[in-house]
Amino acid sequence: MTSVKAVSAWEGPILRAAALESFRKLDPRHMAKNPVMFVVEVASVLTTLIWLRDLAAPAPEALPVWFTGQVSAWLWFTVLFANFAEALAEGRGKAQAAALRGLRQETMARKLVDGRELKVPASSLRKGDVVVVEATQMIPGDGEVIEGIASVDESAVTGESAPVIRESGGDRSAVTGGTRVLSDRIVVRIGVDPGHSFLDRIIGLVEGAKRQKTPNEIALSVLLSGMTIIFLIACVTLVPFGLYSGLQFSATVIVALLVCLIPTTIGGLLSAIGIAGMDRLIRHNVIPMSGRAVEAAGDVDTMLLDKTGTITLGNRMASELIPAPGEPVEHLAEAAQIASLADETPEGRSIVVLAKERYKLRGRELRPETARAGGAVFVPFSAQTRMSGCDMDGRVIRKGALDAITRHVAALGGRVPQEVEMVAATIAKSGGTPLAVSEGARVLGVVHLKDIVKGGIKERFARFRSMGLRTVMITGDNPLTAAAIAAEAGVDDFLAEATPEMKLALIREEQARGKLVAMTGDGTNDAPALAQADVAIAMNTGTQAAREAGNMVDLDSNPTKLLEVVEVGKQLLMTRGCLTTFSIANDVAKYFAILPAMFMAVFPEIAPLNVMGLASPESAILSAVIFNALIIVALIPLALRGVAYRPLGAAALLRRSLLIYGVGGVVAPFVGIKLIDMVLSAIGLV
Amino acid sequence: MEMTANGWTQILFFYGTILAVTVPMGAFLYRVLEGHDHFLKRPLGWLERLCYRLGGVNGAEQTWQAYSAGMLAFSAFTLLVTYGVQRLQHVLPWNPQGLGAVEATSSFNTAASFTTNTNWQGYVGEAVMSYFSQMAGLAWHNFISAAAGIAIAVALARGITRKGDGKGPGTIGNFWVDLTRVTVYVLLPISFVFALVFVSQGMIQNLAPYTEATTLEGARQVIAGGPFASQEAIKQFGTNGGGPLNANAAHPFENPNPFTNFLSMILIFAIPAGLTYTFGRMAGDTRHGWAIFGAMSFLFFAGVAVAYWAEAGGSPTIVNSLAVDPGLGNMEGKEVRFGVASSALYATVTTDASCGAVNSMHDSFTALGGLVPLFNIQLGEVVFGGVGAGLYGMLVMALLSVFIAGLMVGRTPEYLGKKVETREVKLAMLYVLVFPLTILAFTAWSVLAPYGLSSLNNQGPHGLSEILYAFTSATGNNGSAFAGISANTPWYNTALGLAMLIGRFWMIIPALAIAGILAGKKASPPGPGTLPTTGPLFASLLVGVILIVGALTFFPVLSLGPIVEHFLAQAGKVF
Repeated sequence: MTSVKAVSAWEGPILRAAALESFRKLDPRHMAKNPVMFVVEVASVLTTLIWLRDLAAPAPEALPVWFTGQVSAWLWFTVLFANFAEALAEGRGKAQAAALRGLRQETMARKLVDGRELKVPASSLRKGDVVVVEATQMIPGDGEVIEGIASVDESAVTGESAPVIRESGGDRSAVTGGTRVLSDRIVVRIGVDPGHSFLDRIIGLVEGAKRQKTPNEIALSVLLSGMTIIFLIACVTLVPFGLYSGLQFSATVIVALLVCLIPTTIGGLLSAIGIAGMDRLIRHNVIPMSGRAVEAAGDVDTMLLDKTGTITLGNRMASELIPAPGEPVEHLAEAAQIASLADETPEGRSIVVLAKERYKLRGRELRPETARAGGAVFVPFSAQTRMSGCDMDGRVIRKGALDAITRHVAALGGRVPQEVEMVAATIAKSGGTPLAVSEGARVLGVVHLKDIVKGGIKERFARFRSMGLRTVMITGDNPLTAAAIAAEAGVDDFLAEATPEMKLALIREEQARGKLVAMTGDGTNDAPALAQADVAIAMNTGTQAAREAGNMVDLDSNPTKLLEVVEVGKQLLMTRGCLTTFSIANDVAKYFAILPAMFMAVFPEIAPLNVMGLASPESAILSAVIFNALIIVALIPLALRGVAYRPLGAAALLRRSLLIYGVGGVVAPFVGIKLIDMVLSAIGLV
Repeated sequence: MEMTANGWTQILFFYGTILAVTVPMGAFLYRVLEGHDHFLKRPLGWLERLCYRLGGVNGAEQTWQAYSAGMLAFSAFTLLVTYGVQRLQHVLPWNPQGLGAVEATSSFNTAASFTTNTNWQGYVGEAVMSYFSQMAGLAWHNFISAAAGIAIAVALARGITRKGDGKGPGTIGNFWVDLTRVTVYVLLPISFVFALVFVSQGMIQNLAPYTEATTLEGARQVIAGGPFASQEAIKQFGTNGGGPLNANAAHPFENPNPFTNFLSMILIFAIPAGLTYTFGRMAGDTRHGWAIFGAMSFLFFAGVAVAYWAEAGGSPTIVNSLAVDPGLGNMEGKEVRFGVASSALYATVTTDASCGAVNSMHDSFTALGGLVPLFNIQLGEVVFGGVGAGLYGMLVMALLSVFIAGLMVGRTPEYLGKKVETREVKLAMLYVLVFPLTILAFTAWSVLAPYGLSSLNNQGPHGLSEILYAFTSATGNNGSAFAGISANTPWYNTALGLAMLIGRFWMIIPALAIAGILAGKKASPPGPGTLPTTGPLFASLLVGVILIVGALTFFPVLSLGPIVEHFLAQAGKVF
């Protein structure tokens, strides 16, 4: 994986760029998007003006200039630290985007117009244009192969160095601009207008250029703004209450109290958390088409998982040959091998391997080419016959599903022995696939194809069950086979003999019960289901239609990713929740630091409220302000990394988070403020 | 004085009785409000039908806008009627004392007060209100303002628990039907029974002119009387709190003995406690109702423990300087018939719920003892709370708790299966904003303005507490007074009247809007990954959020009021 690869946030250039960017972000037009931090910026300007005024003409009743100066400085730092967090999160994306942009070099395209080729710049191609691409040339834009077959190097986008096959028709017809054709010639119909290509979208997303606040982020912002207004009222009305009590509070102190109370910690880190969440997905090589999709991932209740490739290894393996009564097993093995010689599917290859290894049929090391030369005719698998095989030396050898073979031999006047049917049923019941082999009108026996469940998948599903996620296995197998594999893999439910329509119906049914459904898909016939699902991950190897229908694209085309995607979504929401709790819990200690300091002048009796025993009123207020600024920096790594997700039940998770971020949030600032106070006193800053 | 076993027995016995009342009351409310069959339907059904016929009510389901419009129109109409009755008192009947028209700002204040279920009394009842004004202007408000509160709580409960189709807002019931059913089947019959019980205990009930008596010293005294028992029952049961006498439930005519005192407190908590069970039934999970009940219980015990402890301890300064028997605790402003424990309990109950009836003077409590009623109201009156108002306040807090906690378990927050999104958070924040904005802004204004300060009888932190308490009580629609402040002035009548209206309607409208939006939402079934809304974890979460929101909002002003007063008292200074 080379392209969309992890870029550490803590690399020198990114840090420097972020530091610079955090000053640029002081622009009030930018700050206004974040009400909490905007209030802090206004507060900083206000205290700075007071400081300048006091510097020029110190009023007798004014607070010491050094105090106002230090408060102003730390308020500015609070804003800058928040900007820095956001810039840092963006910086990582920008670095990745720059790498991707390098791919978008200007290429010339060979556009077909009325059957003639024209050389045009790739950037001038529109949706619907048709171009020709040959070996070593760059594909000029996203589109669909309408003619030919070629191997394509897609490492620029996926990071996967092995070339992939792209051909017209079927599920492997989508090509991506910026990838290179390695062999052969294809004709591609361009599917997008300039600026809307897949690469453009990825760049936009990783860069965060078009980042919009996600629904939950907006709801949280509303909550934080509401709290800010409450604290604004509480702080501003403190001035008249003070006047009544004979206390004249300076604007600096009120502003300091306000900034300490409003939820700056979460307010400052909120957008960084969102960007970092997207970024974590991108580092898993999954490109979310919107931030909304990432959030929805955390809410998923039901996961539809295709059996093949996700739960089982992509292919079934021949594990046993069971001859029909009276047929020698060697005969069956030989026929099965011949029937599978030209079968390039993993199943076919596994039959050849089994025959070779178990039954020592080395003598028949026929190569398809030599067999063809010898007059053999290979019959490929087709959806109509559901058989494949070979006609050689007058022998008609076929292998296929039992019912297909039954029909085939019946047509030739034969019939399937009852024993074979029983064996086939036993195999199916155990979760395997029986493949009958026939020669002429004789049924020779059955090949036992077995699904190999991926290692560790059962534990994974158990993990997800404890998170409250239901897993449903989707398979084209018959119910018996499906049930056996489902039991072995430990999924909660399965949909057997699934058709795209059934898949869509299942999603609708789950959604009608108020559940959120996630699925992966790659084929064009998956597109309706992908469009219906709440979280739909399209495989990058899939068709253009599938990629359009999904709201995420997995560049590695690894369906197991769904599990990571759900975790990232949950982590994103948890990080927001935990930091919000922490931020609000912090306020308790800040009250105990600042209020006694404010009231001490008239009510020295209130001293017992100064539970931290802070050195002086000035030191108390300053320490609280400094703590408030530094805690943002301290939490940047957590915001970027995300709160660790543990697959516990919701109750256990909540108890844990409340303990760490709620109780911890109450206690931490008592310790922190006291330490800062001690340091300030020690170095004589107060 | 120490707290005594006797005192705690009273408190625990009271709580045990509430616990026993909750299920029958809640189940009955559920049957009445959801239109099921119940034992009063046969004897009183004609009255319900008569009301519909007279009002032209068809009983169709309403959207939240229609529901709000009905509630607002109804409240505006009743407000005007009450205002008119007071202003025309001198020409209206049943006025044996020949009392004149009530002053304009006072009339507005009182009309707002009774319409909003606050029952703050800026006037001295026996001196300005005729029997007609008491009954035709005020007493019926005790029924309908209470019924309106319950209706709104049930509307919100419907919004939360109904299964929507996910296509826009849903319906939340019919305001007129809810209002009528609660009044006819719950408030009227139960109040009637308890009025008789109260009369049997020596509470007075007459329409005679005030009695003139000559005391032993030979002085002439006018003893106010009137139809007390009938008003007393609904005053408590509807958490209204406005009594016919200025001394309220500290007066022997309104609260003759410890038994009526106990019954009064039970009546105050009966509906609010029962509604938690009603809500549990509506949600299809009574355990959720009990979790809310548990959170309320915790806050109740915390309040009563502090109040009792502070009052039993008394004020060291007074004990030392006035040579009062320290064994009595702080008996200033308390009835000897009730004593410290019962007074602390009553003060907690009346401010947990938005009742506002008092059997002792909160102004005379110690600084910390007085902090309890004040802070109880500032928490939003969600500790059982006013009839209906307590539940809908609690549900809004639950919504906010679930929002923050839901994020912490890694899901888009949902409450009872319904997603809590931007619009609901916005409305909930609008709801929460009412308290700080109204209480703090009006209090701040009053402590700056000469017309605000001139009403104060006490200076220093205690004076601040008095003004703060007045606006807290008004905004919280509680109606109890800290006293020590002459509130019957144009400024306080107007400002407090506005605070009551804002505190009622600015909170109801967002609550109903939330109900409407949630009613239309699909509910997803709970699973191991969803936030549990039952059990101690949820209850403590709710308590935490309520305390933190309340404390963070009011800690600054409280520390300049009761808290600093406490420290000053410790140092020997009193106000």
